Amino acid sequence: MLPLDPAPTELEHAFREVLAASKTRFVEEGALAEHVRDFGTDKTIVSTVAGVSGTLNLADISDPLQLAGVDLAVLHARLGVAENGAMWLSETEMVYRALPFITQHLILVLDRAALVPTMHVAYRRIDIRQTGFGVFVAGPSKTADIEQSLVIGAHGPRSLTVVLRGSGGEENFNISP
Amino acid sequence: MTTHAQRAATFLRDEPRTDWHDQSLWHVRSKRDGSIAGIPEWETLRQLGSDIKDNVLSHLDTYLEEFERQATANGVVVHWARDAAEHNRIVHGILERHGVDRIVKSKSMLTEECHLNQYLEEHGVEVIDTDLGERIIQLRGEPPSHIVMPAIHLKKEEIGQLFHEQLGTDVGASDPQYLTEAARQHLREKFLAAKAGITGVNFAVAETGGIVVCTNEGNADMGIHLAPVQIHCMGIEKVIPRAEHLGVFTRLLARSATGQPVTIYTSHHHAPKPGGEMHVVIVDNGRSEQLGREDFRNSLKCIRCGACMNTCPIYRRSGGHSYDHTIPGPIGSILSPGLDLKKHGDLAFASTLCGSCSDVCPVKIDIHAQLYKWRQIVSEAGHLASTKRIPLLGAGAVLSRGGLYNFVGKAARTALNLAPRAVVYNRFNAWGESRELPEVPTESFKEWYDRTQTSEA
Repeated sequence: MLPLDPAPTELEHAFREVLAASKTRFVEEGALAEHVRDFGTDKTIVSTVAGVSGTLNLADISDPLQLAGVDLAVLHARLGVAENGAMWLSETEMVYRALPFITQHLILVLDRAALVPTMHVAYRRIDIRQTGFGVFVAGPSKTADIEQSLVIGAHGPRSLTVVLRGSGGEENFNISP
Repeated sequence: MTTHAQRAATFLRDEPRTDWHDQSLWHVRSKRDGSIAGIPEWETLRQLGSDIKDNVLSHLDTYLEEFERQATANGVVVHWARDAAEHNRIVHGILERHGVDRIVKSKSMLTEECHLNQYLEEHGVEVIDTDLGERIIQLRGEPPSHIVMPAIHLKKEEIGQLFHEQLGTDVGASDPQYLTEAARQHLREKFLAAKAGITGVNFAVAETGGIVVCTNEGNADMGIHLAPVQIHCMGIEKVIPRAEHLGVFTRLLARSATGQPVTIYTSHHHAPKPGGEMHVVIVDNGRSEQLGREDFRNSLKCIRCGACMNTCPIYRRSGGHSYDHTIPGPIGSILSPGLDLKKHGDLAFASTLCGSCSDVCPVKIDIHAQLYKWRQIVSEAGHLASTKRIPLLGAGAVLSRGGLYNFVGKAARTALNLAPRAVVYNRFNAWGESRELPEVPTESFKEWYDRTQTSEA
């Protein structure tokens, strides 16, 4: 349970705990480049994160169907919500609307300073109309439609990895309007 | 025409299966309880959700027009449909203009209500439901039995057999992981081949002219981001005033539905993709009429979380199909009599009136009170079954006369002790079919009171 006026460490603790419960992994910032390298040299990787190199350049693509073979996408998330682990991506971050869904695996990079306590604060921070599409992602794709058994990787990514970077900023906790 | 009680009796024939169904649903209800325990302000949130929806219902016309203005400004094409037939014609018209003969569709109770699949298939369009549960029941050719978990009534062995026959999975394989992977491969082909995607709508925001779709699987997004044409179908009651209200509803919805803190994907659509088209079809189909019924209008506040089904002792022990209506369970039982009182009126009686549905409802709909009110209307309209009507006439006559009540009570206590079993338990006593009458006391409460209390006074 989040306190009413959470400290940055409490926000991060809640955020990690709730995402771990939805089968999301965490990788430290310094280990990201190596983590992506270890993913496999024969894999199709898309990255919009500086310092992480991909094998497919999004500028070379003209149709989202060409993303069908993407194994891993490394993208920024703009904001994270501590109470439920949801992370906001607008079209600016995902480039192609289909990308965070069609990729087999997804890595999201989020600034610690962009953690907010609840959905109420989140909707005050973002402009849902800023781009034509935006999404909160709170875990890898999942289903429990067969006898309530949890299965990860329904249609979207089979795994979600989150990288938190920087330090928690005080300006985030000024939640009064 | 069968009644809910008859259909429930069929479901109850398999006792172990009934127990399994009951426990599956109760498990989901328990998860809901666990997840709201972490939100100390839960009751305040429910009140907020309820108040926002009350405001919406009182200004529905203004919010819908604001939504249309904003959406149009965003480049969205907004359509209005008076009823199911018009809705289906509009959707087919869009597909026809683009020469689309195969579409993928994510969960939408509205398109179930309008029988869109059937209509499109009759017009030569292949429709693939992409939510795993919905695909399972589509392959079986049956309707969903729950609005959030459409295949909750099926065992994994049955799904394994179905997938073996239809998708070529191994004989006897029933591991959910294996079956889900098979569906993933099968549906990925469909996503890549679809020329149009259709989704339902969880919330439409008047202020910004966008719509929000919540899923766990990501199937709605896979469908509409890969196809050039995207169509979103919504009932008129889905509109909410402002973007900030999404903060309230996204916190209420998933916790109430499955006990998750939020759905994995909460997708906000405001404009077509580059080179694409985005359509929103706004459907009335009887909702305005329900809005005009003072006692029942707030049933339109429903956000389709399914919590009332998971908690209902009748739903859990009769299954969604026993309701014979698109939306089953307690909320379905207050929505459907307004559509066809003769056909659905008996659903008002598919309740113990225990009130658990109203207690868990995230937008505070007084579901059990409305069930009670529908009973009066069903009775006044003369749709009560004679097995209910005649005993109630008798009961009314006896209960309104003190002397007669005392006499009949005494007579019954004597008669029930003397009468052979076959006289008491027969086809006229529906109540006694699966229950034993309580043991007959030797005296009434009144007699006991007279004997023990009055003398001391």
